[in-house]
Amino acid sequence: MKCNKESVELMHKYLDGDLCKEEEIQLRTHLETCEACQHHFHELKRTITLIKSAEHFAAPNDFTQKVMDRLPTEKKRVTYKRWFKTHPVLTAAAIFFVLMMTGMFASWSEDGQLVVSKQEELVIQGDTVIVPEGVTVPGDVLVKNGKLLIKGTIDGNVTLVNGKLISDDETLNGDGLMASAGGVNGELETVDQMFEWMWYQLKSFFSGVFSF
Amino acid sequence: MDQFIIEKIKQVKKGDQSAFADVVSFYQDKIYQHCLRMLGNAHEAEDMAQEAFIRAYVNIHSFDDRRKFSTWLYRIATNLTIDRIRKRKPDYYLDAEIRGTEGLDMYSQLASEERLPGEQVESLELQRYIHHEISQLPVKYRSIIMLRYLEEFSLQEISDILDIPLGTVKTRIHRGREALRKRLRHV
Repeated sequence: MKCNKESVELMHKYLDGDLCKEEEIQLRTHLETCEACQHHFHELKRTITLIKSAEHFAAPNDFTQKVMDRLPTEKKRVTYKRWFKTHPVLTAAAIFFVLMMTGMFASWSEDGQLVVSKQEELVIQGDTVIVPEGVTVPGDVLVKNGKLLIKGTIDGNVTLVNGKLISDDETLNGDGLMASAGGVNGELETVDQMFEWMWYQLKSFFSGVFSF
Repeated sequence: MDQFIIEKIKQVKKGDQSAFADVVSFYQDKIYQHCLRMLGNAHEAEDMAQEAFIRAYVNIHSFDDRRKFSTWLYRIATNLTIDRIRKRKPDYYLDAEIRGTEGLDMYSQLASEERLPGEQVESLELQRYIHHEISQLPVKYRSIIMLRYLEEFSLQEISDILDIPLGTVKTRIHRGREALRKRLRHV
């Protein structure tokens, strides 16, 4: 009964559509001569027809409604996530804003530290920055958390953050500061408040951007 | 029809829950029937079919649009039913087979909604008998025979649904056919 096993294998390949031409001829010629195999083949084909005619079932009437009722309500988190995905530009802007704010707060709260721009001509004594007499400081000057005493000249803008402009003869000549104590060839700006500091940061950021 | 489903899936992915209702009503009969044939119990089948749709909804973002949705859905349903069969405790169901009868359960005592009685009674008996014979096959053959001949998936698709190699699918379908041939030869 070796023929049986081999040809049954071919029958199944035939049913799966895997038979090549050669094998098909082989199976056909065998079936013509072997009655047992013919019977087997017939039974297999009939089985498939029978399987296909098995009872069909339909889902209960309210099936869809039941499923819909059981669906989880969308979580807030999911909604946010989807919103971020659909609005990438706004998301980027929000992230940028948050980072900038934290950067600003961080640089604001570096308290007590005296920060001075890097001109060699500036002399630092304790918390006072001095522009010596007869000296011209090139470029902009930034002083943070300290006092600035101008005797010479500054060739640029001056920014004072959380600090104070003082002069030698402050008591004598309170408001004639600029005239008496050297000169500033640019704008003089004093920043004392957090809000002003932010404004200053924004301004310098945008002037930085636009100068490109 | 495929285009219709693809469109609906897109809407569901965008968060439109109501679009999912169309997906469910499109596939509900197929999935319910699949579960019923796998489990042989109407109550369990409804439970699992619902669960399958809910899982599909929850995991919709992991569905790859380039693949066939039905394959993905059947995979979820098949895995659920197989899990269920494994965990099954011996229990009594209304649709369990009545002792001493062949292919008769309590539901067979109730009227079927879909086929007309009368002249079709005999063919209905036969259909029920065939359904019963299929349900007596071991799960690994039954699932493949069902997917191939009742749900008309290709062998490759069956291999995807069940996550087994194509060669294994072929071996099992051969054995399943042989087993059924022996069971149904006297019909």
